[in-house]
Amino acid sequence: MMNATSKSLLQDRVRACPDPIQVMSHLVLGYPSLEENRLVMDHMVAAGVHIIELQIPFSEPIADGPIIARANQESLRQGFRVEDGLNFIAESCRRYPIPILIMTYANILMARGTEAFIQRAAGMGVRGLIVPDLPLEEAGGAMEWCQSYGRGGLDWIRLFTPTSPDSRLQTLGREACGLVYCVARRGVTGQRTEFDPTLMEFLNRCRAATHAPLALGFGVRSRADVQSLAGKVEIAVVGTAAIEIHLTQGAEAVGRFFAGLK
Amino acid sequence: MKKGYFGTFGGAFIPEILHETFRRLTEAYESARKDPDFWREYLDVMENYSGRPTPLTHAENLSAHFGRKIYIKREDLNQTGAHKANNVMGQGLLVRRMGKKRVIAETGAGQHGVATATMAARMGFECVIYMGAKDVERQRPNVFWMQQLGATVVAVTSGSCTLKDAINEAMRDWVGSMDDTHYVLGTACGAHPFPEMVSWFQSIIGMEARQQILKQAGCLPNRVYACVGGGSNAMGIFQGFMDDPQVELVGVEAGGEGIATGRHASRLASEDGRVGVAHGYRTLFLQDDDGQMRETHSVAAGLDYVGVSPILAHLHTTGRVRFAAADNREVVAALKTLMRHEGLIGALESTHAVARAFAEMPHMQEGSVVIINLSGRGDKDIFTIADALDDPGWREFILEKARQYQNR
Repeated sequence: MMNATSKSLLQDRVRACPDPIQVMSHLVLGYPSLEENRLVMDHMVAAGVHIIELQIPFSEPIADGPIIARANQESLRQGFRVEDGLNFIAESCRRYPIPILIMTYANILMARGTEAFIQRAAGMGVRGLIVPDLPLEEAGGAMEWCQSYGRGGLDWIRLFTPTSPDSRLQTLGREACGLVYCVARRGVTGQRTEFDPTLMEFLNRCRAATHAPLALGFGVRSRADVQSLAGKVEIAVVGTAAIEIHLTQGAEAVGRFFAGLK
Repeated sequence: MKKGYFGTFGGAFIPEILHETFRRLTEAYESARKDPDFWREYLDVMENYSGRPTPLTHAENLSAHFGRKIYIKREDLNQTGAHKANNVMGQGLLVRRMGKKRVIAETGAGQHGVATATMAARMGFECVIYMGAKDVERQRPNVFWMQQLGATVVAVTSGSCTLKDAINEAMRDWVGSMDDTHYVLGTACGAHPFPEMVSWFQSIIGMEARQQILKQAGCLPNRVYACVGGGSNAMGIFQGFMDDPQVELVGVEAGGEGIATGRHASRLASEDGRVGVAHGYRTLFLQDDDGQMRETHSVAAGLDYVGVSPILAHLHTTGRVRFAAADNREVVAALKTLMRHEGLIGALESTHAVARAFAEMPHMQEGSVVIINLSGRGDKDIFTIADALDDPGWREFILEKARQYQNR
């Protein structure tokens, strides 16, 4: 039924999935190499990952913890170019039957022209953009371009954080589409998160502030973490933990890890 | 114009988790700015703790040498030997108002780190300083003093291991610690309100300099020179003359090994700066086509930075401030001249302003009046300068000292 759908392909997709909790995984492009990225993604998709977030490396990744920051740096040291990354993303959108999101920092968009970048991402079939250093106050143009070029195919992903008062969550959540990325705690990616009543209380505040599906990230590492989120959020985001497993045990182990989260 | 913007530069490109922190900081800053008691308290601290007002010295020998009247604003005489004290004491008073107990800071040359450590010691705050591993190596004396003052110094090994990476690491601390911690940003860069707030605290330099030059020379200067890393000392002294269009303001960036070599830190004086967003603000950055920040080069760690104050980027666009560069060799030569003629040991950073002024003196009308902002003193640079001068006695001393340590 057309009238039962929202104006977002990503949101419809998340809503249509019957699984009690969906998993979003994360990769840093070019780390350790684009070939390895491809291999890991094959395993991730085979293991039933629902959404994949591809990070385009930036030399100043302020929101990332040591592991992902080092992955950014290492990828750049090996000569990663954004053009190669975009081609890889375009190919990924064709190759995999699941939504692909781009995560990166504002300057990567600006260097190509934010509008041109968004137009291209929309054309490739990217379903969402996560840009942690482009807050609502600075994202006006980017959000409009996502709408005008994506026409519901490309969402500007907003972030909820525990330091945001309810009024701020409301402002952010009112027009959120696709999904809202909830940051589980203070700090950067990869640190430990307590799955405690404080977190659940934060998630209740998030739920009350938006109609969009919720994804929880920062410190989600294990099956127990993921399962504890069922019924609280639609999506658990697993980033740093998978990078660590890839580094120590290889691409296949990443597949087994994600298969084991369900 | 949008708040926190200077022309198209500035803004607040911060992670959502810091939104509330910046809202409160802006509120505290704006209320302090409206409160005359705050500024009175600030002046009192600067007078009785930091030794302000700093003198404006008529450089008589240099004036005779160049045939132009050269005055030097002596920020090197501040507590900890640089203008950095002006900013940290101001922010320290603000931290007290906000009721926070811990301060963090980035540092390049180490001057801002040392200044922050003294402020924290005096005001009773816990203190952590982030410093690029390369800078830790070339500015060891400042590391030593920060530690003696009770600060924890973290050597940052990510990225290019310099100032920009120290800023990133301090931000990573702050996104986790904002409830009890204030980030004492050291220069007029970063997200709003930092560029404006730091410039406000540094404006004390220009206020004093304007009164002093009118008293001593009986007229306004024809030109004012200041070095530009992040841009806080330049913003400080320029503000005293901003509304006097007859005073030419010159910002001097690090020419490193020469603009033509590409190994420099001249964002505005070269053609290499491109508009971008990083470290929380929009300005001209030294970056590649992909938007990745480039490595910068300078003999002076404090100028070795990819971005520049959004306020100065704006003043560059409007033409109110002219930007030029001085390279490593010119700076070392100028430092020798400054020491021999006036007995002043300038910091390598500050000596960039001196070097450019010397180079331009012959093209100025005779009798012109010039102020050079000597933003800091050079004691900290003894290892770098001794290397640059290839001083045999110093080399022998270090070797002997090393032998002593080895035999312990």
